[in-house]
Amino acid sequence: MDITFLLNGETAHITGASPTTTLLDWLRDSRGLTGTKEGCNEGDCGACTVIVTDRQGARTLNACILFLPQLHGKAVRTVEGVSGPDGQMHPVQQAMVDHHGSQCGFCTPGFIASMACAHLNGETGFDDALAGNLCRCTGYAPIIRAAEAASKDPVPDWMHDQAPEVTATDPALPRNADELAQWYLAHPEGVLVGGATDVGLWVNKALRDLPHVAFLAGCTDLQQIDETDTHLRIGAAVTMDRVHEVTASRHPSYAEMIRRYGSLQVRNAATIGGNIANGSPIGDNPPALIALGATLHLRKGDARREMALEEFFIDYGKQDRAPGEFVEAISIPKQPDRLRVYKLSKRFDQDISAVCGAFNITVEDGTVTQARIAFGGMAGIPKRATHVEQALIGQPWAKATIQSAQIAFERDFTPLSDMRASAEYRLETAKNMLMRAWLEDQGTHTSVLEVTP
Amino acid sequence: MSVAKPLPHDAAALHVTGAARYVDDVPCPTGTLHLAFGLSDTARGTITKMDLHAVRTAPDVVAVLTADDLEFDADTSPSNRDEPLLSTGEVHFAGQPLFLVIAKSHLAARKAATKAKVTIDAQTPILTIDEALAENSRFEDGPRIYEKGNAEDALTQAPNRLQGQLTLGGQEHFYLEGQAAMAWPQESGDMHVFSSTQHPTEIQHKVAHAIGKPMHAVRVETRRMGGGFGGKESQGNALAIACAVAARATGKPCKMLYDRDDDMVITGKRHDFRIDYDVGFDDQGRIHAVSFKQYTRCGWSMDLSLPVADRAMLHADNAYDIGHMRIESHRLKTNICSATAFRGFGGPQGMVGIERVMDHVAHALGKDPAEVRQTNYYPSAKSVAAGKIPGTTPYGMEVTDFELHEMTDALLAKANYAQRRAAIADWNAQNPVLKKGIAFSPVKFGISFTLTHLNQAGALVHVYQDGSVHLNHGGTEMGQGLFQKVAQVAASRFGIPLDMVKITATDTGKVPNTSATAASSGSDLNGMAVKAACDTIRDRMADHLAMQHQTTPDKVIFKDGQVQIGDHVISFADAAQSAWMARVSLSATGFYKTPKLKWDRIRGTGRPFFYFAYGAAITEVVIDTLTGENRILRTDIIHDAGASLNPAIDIGQVEGAYVQGAGWLTTEELVWDDAGRLRTHAPSTYKIPACSDRPDIFNVELWDIENREDTIYRSKAVGEPPFMLGISAWLALSDAVSSCGPAYPALNAPATAEEIWRAARKVTQDV
Repeated sequence: MDITFLLNGETAHITGASPTTTLLDWLRDSRGLTGTKEGCNEGDCGACTVIVTDRQGARTLNACILFLPQLHGKAVRTVEGVSGPDGQMHPVQQAMVDHHGSQCGFCTPGFIASMACAHLNGETGFDDALAGNLCRCTGYAPIIRAAEAASKDPVPDWMHDQAPEVTATDPALPRNADELAQWYLAHPEGVLVGGATDVGLWVNKALRDLPHVAFLAGCTDLQQIDETDTHLRIGAAVTMDRVHEVTASRHPSYAEMIRRYGSLQVRNAATIGGNIANGSPIGDNPPALIALGATLHLRKGDARREMALEEFFIDYGKQDRAPGEFVEAISIPKQPDRLRVYKLSKRFDQDISAVCGAFNITVEDGTVTQARIAFGGMAGIPKRATHVEQALIGQPWAKATIQSAQIAFERDFTPLSDMRASAEYRLETAKNMLMRAWLEDQGTHTSVLEVTP
Repeated sequence: MSVAKPLPHDAAALHVTGAARYVDDVPCPTGTLHLAFGLSDTARGTITKMDLHAVRTAPDVVAVLTADDLEFDADTSPSNRDEPLLSTGEVHFAGQPLFLVIAKSHLAARKAATKAKVTIDAQTPILTIDEALAENSRFEDGPRIYEKGNAEDALTQAPNRLQGQLTLGGQEHFYLEGQAAMAWPQESGDMHVFSSTQHPTEIQHKVAHAIGKPMHAVRVETRRMGGGFGGKESQGNALAIACAVAARATGKPCKMLYDRDDDMVITGKRHDFRIDYDVGFDDQGRIHAVSFKQYTRCGWSMDLSLPVADRAMLHADNAYDIGHMRIESHRLKTNICSATAFRGFGGPQGMVGIERVMDHVAHALGKDPAEVRQTNYYPSAKSVAAGKIPGTTPYGMEVTDFELHEMTDALLAKANYAQRRAAIADWNAQNPVLKKGIAFSPVKFGISFTLTHLNQAGALVHVYQDGSVHLNHGGTEMGQGLFQKVAQVAASRFGIPLDMVKITATDTGKVPNTSATAASSGSDLNGMAVKAACDTIRDRMADHLAMQHQTTPDKVIFKDGQVQIGDHVISFADAAQSAWMARVSLSATGFYKTPKLKWDRIRGTGRPFFYFAYGAAITEVVIDTLTGENRILRTDIIHDAGASLNPAIDIGQVEGAYVQGAGWLTTEELVWDDAGRLRTHAPSTYKIPACSDRPDIFNVELWDIENREDTIYRSKAVGEPPFMLGISAWLALSDAVSSCGPAYPALNAPATAEEIWRAARKVTQDV
């Protein structure tokens, strides 16, 4: 595969690359750019963070789960390129020195990339910008001090990258959904790579060889968000950072869950279609989307079909998707916001849910008139709590109703115990999430994230 | 003088530009080969068949080695010769290396390593504390027991008595740079090893043994680690030995990096504990007697478990002068990875035990736990200096430097503890779902290796004829700022700017027979050794210059980059040039050994520590009783670093250690399945604190007074002690849970959301 991108301001042409070579390995092994580090090789520590610019702007990505073909036509800036062409320090670099933000220094290049990207984009929500960068030495306090100090300094001119103009002729780099559909018909057992936040682990951890891979990065028509009078239609290749933006005003509780979904580097890469298509029982989008009554749009060749999202998930590891068929979009009916999404995990940021519950409960004149409730982490698939819904509908929105509906969870779910949580904890906290949804309506404080010292 | 200045880390500019080199960043010579271990998926058993055909024929594989292929005894243990590099037939834990793949790339080696067909005749593994006790599977013949007074009688006679138990999880180091090593074969079969290790001499020793050479044939170099925390004290041995053995077999340079998941599966972690306690106390909260039973899972091999378990016993008193105390310690041998050193080295586990006791007693009496703690403190250093009889630890060491009375008063006042405690009670009364908690906890941590002979260090210093200085010592840099602190010492001794001192990689060819950089001792030991080396050269220069200018050496002053000789002033460079011209040696070694130590670890008596370092913390948290979700809201700390060599570096150590300690006791949960396989072997499932987990308000101050003992510039060790300030976060969570009902929360650790939810439910229901 032939790939062209900009690396620290200079053009890099790669010919004959193996499609599953990661940017991190290529930087370190082929380019001798060893500033970018391998910490975990699965996108969880951020030591390999780089800045990637395309027509949507500059954002951070984890180079360890970023395949070279994903970079075709983009601009990459590594820690070496955050310093100026004559070796001048970027303001975030100088601030990290001045505020003692590095100790062992191994995570530091990744932090520098995240900080420099936030600085470039004028972002000052540093806890979110840096949630995907783990540091084991400093306790983060001096890093935040450095980020805050540097935020007042101007952006150095060398930081502005322009993505290069390229053409793609490789069929594995389709330029639109039609080309993708053709490729997938020809390679029905192939693998589609959106953000590679999951497929990257197949390669790095499961050590799988993937003979046929197509990359969706060029399919701009799959990256559209369209709004009609009745629906919001989100293309399958829309990344989660954009889903976060589009849900912020419409369904803020969903957006707040997405803020904690992966890390910024992961949200910048991960696609909503990928999160649905891989059928994970702990994917965080499906519960919210099911609760919102979303419709899934599938395509195979030129044939299209659609279904209620919950119908897509048949059993653990089994979805209603034919070989060669792919997720084209998801559409969400417009509605007054009643959605509450609760994500439970060991750590708030960048952790996989033990339980993720979504409640869309409509109350009219004190009575529950509609209820769509769905959970992740409670079964082999993302699943609706139909018995709970039935126990609520037609009943007064009152504590006694909640208490009797809580019992219905035991009819809807038989969760498992694993390293994230016990079955008992999952079931009991799922019940308590319903109580939380009710308490929130009563004005009771229920979120530790909103408590100040 | 550069000592005491808050200078940045010596490599800060390299860190932030990506130019700092770690082992994997050293350019490889052409033809370098890459290694990976094939691992056992079974926790206990005997290998009946190992079919490696598919491994040997996998792409880019050069060779595959098993234990049978090793000419010499390749053992990786730092203590007991019980860890063969590759299994010799018996399998002791899931993750044990069985064979070694040598391939042309890292990825090829990893892929090939998964292709073996290994048949293991599995036996029932010994996994839990109870299983190990039932089978009497342990290190040493029986439990170690340290005792002061007569705890049994005193417990019987105490006005009040209660018992309890807690379990304390282990902890993965999660150094950001995984284990790494590279070996370059030299002429005559010598070996040059680059290793990410806290203990280059140990690597040298073990590599020499494994390739059948004297130690002089092996040179180990370590410029820096990307984090260590104890995890690179012994756990890097296997990689360095594998590289050397493979390099010897192939004649090629060999490099080995563990993939993160392999690293977490293979390497040891902090020891987990169960602690049973029995305490007798009066109505004022004065503890009369405590009896502890400490049970720890050491894993399959001895590694450093004996001194770790000793240190847990040595910190079972923490800050408290308790008349009668008995500590019984069981070191259990189990079929999991071999638990190893981790910041605090058992001290934190011992300390959590007594802090739980204080918390439980305060709860039983309805008293403020901070007050109960103060009631039981050792007599203050000031009062001892004024003639009061000092308190004595359960191991018979007098506590003469106790700072915590004053530090506690200062912290409680500074953090408005009393007012906030009252405000939290009001807040909790108004909030049915969310509950706040606050807790104070102190730290008294003993400084010195308890293996007394390790308390020594060497240094090598050269002054060149242009006045620049080459600095080398036995300590290693893992991020703690040791190199910078020691360079500040050197610059101060010569009275020169810091940039005239070149910090160089730790190298067994320069300073031999070093101890691990561990036990917080790095700057104490190496600072003193460097001081000795610098002073030797400085005194030679002073003698020469005094003679030249017909004055006495005491009139030669080294200051501000200049040397003043009576009325003459010359630059340090000119002084060096002059000394060289006069044929004065400008190179010297320095040596230091810690004084006053005398320790019998079997009887548990003597003075294992040169001094104690102190700290005090107050943490405020909030919990959600519906889910157990929780957060640290505010932390206030005063920590004793003596007369700090570098306050910026020391505050950095305190902040980082606190967050790491709080992580240990909250989100960091290690889970093994029933077959003994670690399920939390990646950062996706093992959760160290992230950025937003640090306290919203985080106030850290140093208690800036001189060490009463004669340490380097009267500073104190700072690496480990502040780790235990994180205990206050766990106690604050317990306090929050206790507001849910009258029962004692008896919170275990890690206090995950699930553990807190469970405790809150229990407290609410147990009326």
